[in-house]
Amino acid sequence: MEKVKKKIGSFSFWNWVIASIIFRLILIYFPKNLNLSSRPEVSTPLTSFRRLAEGYWLKQSSMSPYAGSMYHGSPLLLSLLGPLTINRIEGQPNHLLYSLVSVIADVVSAMLIRATGQNLRLAYLRSLESLHLVKQIEVSEFLFSGDIAALIYLCNPFTIVACVGLSTSPIENMAVILCLYGACSRLIPLAAFGWVIATHLSLYPAILIIPVIFLLGCGPDSPPRKLFLQRHQQKEVLNQSKLPPRFSWGPIIHFAFWAFLWSVYVLVLCGISLKQFGGLWEMFKSTYGFILTVEDLSPNIGVLWNFFLIVFHVNILFMILPLAIRLRHRPCYLAFVYVAICSMLKSYPSVGDSALYLGLLDMQFSLFLFCGYVGVSLLSPVMHNLWIWRGTGNANFYFATAMVYACLQIVLVVEGVSAMLNHDRKLRNLITGKPQDAKS
Amino acid sequence: MALLRRPLLLLLLIVTHQFLQFRIAFGSVNEEGQKQEEFYEELLLKPLPDRKLLTHFHFQSSTPPSTSNGRHHHLFPKAISQLVLKFQVKEMELSFTQGRWNYESWGGFDPIPSGNAKPPGVELWAVFDAPQHLIDALWKNLTHTLSGLFCASINFLESSTAYSAPEWSFPPASGKLRYGTLPREAVCTENLTPWLKLLPCRDKAGISMLLDRPSIYRGFYHSQRLHLTLTGSGSEGMDPGIILEQTLTVVLQPGSQRASLAYASEKHIQPSWSLSSIFGKQISGRCVLAETSNVYFLLDRGLVAELEHIHKENEKSEENVLISEKFWTNPSFELSAKPDRIFVEESSLLSKNASVLYKFEIEKYSESEPFDLGLFWKTPVVWLCQQAPLHASRFLMGSGNERGAIAISLKSTQSSEGFMGSNSNDERCELRVDVFQVVPWYVKVYFHSLQVFVDQQPKAVSDIIEKIHVSPSKDKVSPGVMELVLTLPCSVSSAVLTIEFDKGFLHIDEYPPDANQGFDIPSAIVSFPNFHARMVFLENDSLNKSPLLSKFQEKSPVMSYTEVLLVPLTTPDFSMPYNVITITCTVFALYFGSLLNALRRRVAEEERFLKDKAAKKMGRIPLLLSKLLAKLRGRHLEGPQAPPASSSFINSKSVLKVILIAGLAACWQYYFS
Repeated sequence: MEKVKKKIGSFSFWNWVIASIIFRLILIYFPKNLNLSSRPEVSTPLTSFRRLAEGYWLKQSSMSPYAGSMYHGSPLLLSLLGPLTINRIEGQPNHLLYSLVSVIADVVSAMLIRATGQNLRLAYLRSLESLHLVKQIEVSEFLFSGDIAALIYLCNPFTIVACVGLSTSPIENMAVILCLYGACSRLIPLAAFGWVIATHLSLYPAILIIPVIFLLGCGPDSPPRKLFLQRHQQKEVLNQSKLPPRFSWGPIIHFAFWAFLWSVYVLVLCGISLKQFGGLWEMFKSTYGFILTVEDLSPNIGVLWNFFLIVFHVNILFMILPLAIRLRHRPCYLAFVYVAICSMLKSYPSVGDSALYLGLLDMQFSLFLFCGYVGVSLLSPVMHNLWIWRGTGNANFYFATAMVYACLQIVLVVEGVSAMLNHDRKLRNLITGKPQDAKS
Repeated sequence: MALLRRPLLLLLLIVTHQFLQFRIAFGSVNEEGQKQEEFYEELLLKPLPDRKLLTHFHFQSSTPPSTSNGRHHHLFPKAISQLVLKFQVKEMELSFTQGRWNYESWGGFDPIPSGNAKPPGVELWAVFDAPQHLIDALWKNLTHTLSGLFCASINFLESSTAYSAPEWSFPPASGKLRYGTLPREAVCTENLTPWLKLLPCRDKAGISMLLDRPSIYRGFYHSQRLHLTLTGSGSEGMDPGIILEQTLTVVLQPGSQRASLAYASEKHIQPSWSLSSIFGKQISGRCVLAETSNVYFLLDRGLVAELEHIHKENEKSEENVLISEKFWTNPSFELSAKPDRIFVEESSLLSKNASVLYKFEIEKYSESEPFDLGLFWKTPVVWLCQQAPLHASRFLMGSGNERGAIAISLKSTQSSEGFMGSNSNDERCELRVDVFQVVPWYVKVYFHSLQVFVDQQPKAVSDIIEKIHVSPSKDKVSPGVMELVLTLPCSVSSAVLTIEFDKGFLHIDEYPPDANQGFDIPSAIVSFPNFHARMVFLENDSLNKSPLLSKFQEKSPVMSYTEVLLVPLTTPDFSMPYNVITITCTVFALYFGSLLNALRRRVAEEERFLKDKAAKKMGRIPLLLSKLLAKLRGRHLEGPQAPPASSSFINSKSVLKVILIAGLAACWQYYFS
């Protein structure tokens, strides 16, 4: 991993960005989009582009886009992206325009990740400085974290596949990242906008409100207050000015106000676009209701499609509080963990979701996990083909890969959380002056 | 059951006997007053080009509008009139069909195929005379009643996924129509018996005596139909009159064990047959309750033209032999009985040829002298039946269980050129075709992917499709309905409609017993509203008494049904649901357990660390080692350090937890039940 970082560092960031964009464009020009748009890993009933086109068609023929059980997305997406499903440029691939939109969305998200990473780095350095620990940490290691995260997001095969495979997840991811960026750089209206849009598009990002509140309340990266107190008690110097700000309610009220404003705005827009067909209630029923009741049982890479039972969606919520308590001082990391959990346990997951959290991921990526991801991404199309197309396998073949994928994500989340906790422990030990190994 | 039934039957016989006398006595009284209930029985025989014989039984009972005290019926089946009154049915048709009508060789233009060729399985449609919000409930009750009446699983049409409400493409266009089909319903004698019970003479006398079960079910196609219409719904307090039309259309292969097979040329000659050789029975007199009891023998246009041609070649006489007095010994075929009347179709503008109809009255025959019509072919004849302007067929495209496409192909038939010519005097000759297609919800059709190819050339959808009405399917709620009006140029030789779909996944409970067989997509209905299946016979006045022939004269659009499609759907592993639940729960346990462990580790470690430090000032490396061990063994090391004193507290706590969980489970159960 160290090697990779150096390599990336030696190249120019922009070269990589351009390379990834060109790679995407090449893939887009491939005939028939490599059939990616119909892969269950890429397009779920919520993000499928064909369903978007169907919804748009229904709307054009003056019917409610939710009339059938085809479309489950937002009406705003329909009015923004719908025309792209029909407009064609002569001699170009069918959905070139839409593909370009998703490429742009990807690049924008990468840029936002980069900016967020830089913000975080600054904040981290500042907090270390306040703890007088700068010298003890190798600064260079953190220099390119934003760039690396952005590049991981851009060059991740999952992101590329989701972008080329004409799903709406690049746009949903962009909304989530926008929210985090806004919160990190304290642009409260932007954060509120991102949060409202992300929630509107796919419901699960609603739980990001907790990290966002922490981000706004305590700043992007603040070491626990307890540490300061410990430290200052040790040194017996009580310098109030150097203490990190207490949890401040001002920005949160500000955020709530803006979130309210934006959601009213979004709802009004939806209401206008759905005025003649059923109104908002129908929209809620067929978007959020569809997510929560899992009506479509087509196989996806999640664990739950084969779980032909009533799905307890609360299990996403179970872990929110414990995580929030433990990772209170690292809201960005908390956001990452939440996103990962959502992508693991949501009812219609796709690789686009994991692309998001892998992009947010900025840590050691062990070989084992890497092999696991590669294995799953190769095996799952094979198993799907065996079961659905050839009829030689059965549902369990595909379910096995979904299982492995879920386990990988669990391991990743758990390892990530414990690594972060270890990191904190190390910091604390450094502060309290307890002897501690440089490595742990 | 049998013991029970026999005395009942006896009782019924006695009752009907007495009631018969009663009726005869009353008949004269009511003669000048109100109209009587009437019953007609008719049978139509028609040779088909591919050496088969079409037999079409037509029974019609009718009851006139009467005041509400007229709930007692003489002839009309009480079950049907109760059904009409209770469910406010305005018009209804129920058909049970086995086999597929071969439109190419049996024709598709005549009133018989157009009105009586039905899709395989059960088809039911009904128009209600009730407020819109009540109709669905009425339909549900109606399906249950019919299912009881006809010993069939019509009650499966009750669920909203099984029926649809066509807006305008189905011929009796009305917002109050419900339409449903069960393509897989197996039709057999248990459906025929209750159908026969509706006839006043059952199969004991009259034409229905011919209905010998083995010979009917040996046929290539049989369709048993029941059609209800209300007449003159009348003023308040009057029950509407009902016309109940029961038809049975059977296509049979006349016996191949002919004695005359020895002749070499016999192979090309149409098989000769007689009623007794087909059904193994003869008609021994009419049903005494019937107003008329006739057998018709129909030679269709193509056949008549061919016969005349043969005759002219042989005898060179101008006289039309088929109508002349000595027709039954004409050179081509011979009839074993002398017809009472001969009707010639009014030659229409469309074609010069006219079909010929022979009428035999059963009244003259009795048990001592039973009626047995036979036909003996002398010379080989080859002819074609008149076909619908376009031949519709439907097929599936694509492979695999994920997605596919439905294609409806319309091919121009050779014989249709005549109609085209008649229409082409307009500047722009157009052929209007209505398509009505219902797809079950698990076939998720993408309506935006509709494509039209005319003569193999892709055409813009808006050029060809004049009108479209779509109601997309809702998962587990309603089927998808597509109604199209196509306007094709008359010179079209083929037109194809394709539409893509995704195959849905059903819940494990929703699969039928044999899930791997596949699922049926019901037939599409293709109708040609500009063409009317109609046969008008000369000498109209005498025909008024025959419901079959007056039915022929009705102007009804030409209709045809396409094939039923069989779509294989992906099935889950039916033996695995519990394993899947277990494994999924294990993964969840892994997730919760390990994450909680990671989150809670610090406290325990710190405690241990402090304790260890306090106990013995150990080196750091052994500490790390022990930490690592602890990590490996999970919380094994912590065990002994847990205070045993708090066990009672934990006990009470766990009891509380158990109670809480039980309460939650009870709530859950209550909420979902």
